[in-house]
Amino acid sequence: MRLLFGSCFALILAAAIGLGATWLTITRGLAFGSLTIGAWTARPKSGSVDIDPYARATIARTGELPLGTGDGVAFYARTDDAGNNFDGRCTFTISGVTPAARYWTLTLYDPDGRLVANTIDRHGFTSAEILRDIEGRFTISVAPRARPGNWLPTGGIERYVLVWRLYDTPIGVATRTAKEAPMPAIVRKACS
Amino acid sequence: MIRALLWILGAILLGGIVHLSTVLVMPQAATQDAYARLLPLTPVNAMVPLAAPTAENSIMPLMDPAFAAAVCRYDLSAGAIKLNAPLSQAYTSVTFYTRNSVAYYAIDDRAAGRRAIELDLMTPEQHAQVPEGEDVTAADRLIIESPTKTGLIVLRALAPEPGLMPMARRALANAQCRIGPVQ
Repeated sequence: MRLLFGSCFALILAAAIGLGATWLTITRGLAFGSLTIGAWTARPKSGSVDIDPYARATIARTGELPLGTGDGVAFYARTDDAGNNFDGRCTFTISGVTPAARYWTLTLYDPDGRLVANTIDRHGFTSAEILRDIEGRFTISVAPRARPGNWLPTGGIERYVLVWRLYDTPIGVATRTAKEAPMPAIVRKACS
Repeated sequence: MIRALLWILGAILLGGIVHLSTVLVMPQAATQDAYARLLPLTPVNAMVPLAAPTAENSIMPLMDPAFAAAVCRYDLSAGAIKLNAPLSQAYTSVTFYTRNSVAYYAIDDRAAGRRAIELDLMTPEQHAQVPEGEDVTAADRLIIESPTKTGLIVLRALAPEPGLMPMARRALANAQCRIGPVQ
């Protein structure tokens, strides 16, 4: 009787631990071999055959196609530099310089990877269309309401993800430090 | 007391095995991966343009809206694939994915270095059957080996500004992906 009770308990506990750990790692995205610069995180190996099993499982679940290593690299941000979660009702500014790349794009997605509806139908910027100052620097305002300059609308949603994709870039699996890949700073401003 | 601890220890070990095996099985078991999403939209061994992602509708999550994309869902069981993709003015890339969305090869227009990206895609067995001499004379033709019989070739062309999207789409419209002998 005790044996039966013990084994049942152990099996249920094992299933809970195993499936729970799988669910957590796949939805939260366990980052093996990731490259973090400021608020930005990239997983350069996800675009090659060296992709780790967790990233493979995540990609199979979400249905996305990762950016190939020979194509470019994608950096993800969910918070600002101070660790504040992105909030579509606040204004965040992104400014500074970008790593060397022939082109880059910045895109705003909801947490499920969908584009966010907004009045001006803008979902991001490319390096070719961004407005820069005389010294070549830029500032992007990610905000719910219109801003002068580079305005990226949030549509007022609560949480979002910013994805910075660098195309034709030397940044990749061998990159280790922020000196090689200076990513723009993200700062939270006023909330409405 | 010790017996209870042993049961818990056993459960944790078994839980670890469950965890690892579910993670490894996930890519095979997923029903909504990129290949499954594209299956009803794409014929086999033909290049078709993909609808641009919008807030309401996106074939796959996390698609880059600044790019026009076309996809060729390939099946190498009938023979090797010839890919010919003319370059757009800005930036064009080709990425090869296995059936399970692993990007095993990617090349951009600068690496291709000409007015078009020309590639032969085949299985390792088909590659072994290519006569060696031809491999050398056709050194300017890239041969890619696919680890799986089926998979996806995704062609992407950048529209640096929204107004250039028709240009990017036109460039992709001339891309070809078909079964053909290796010359």
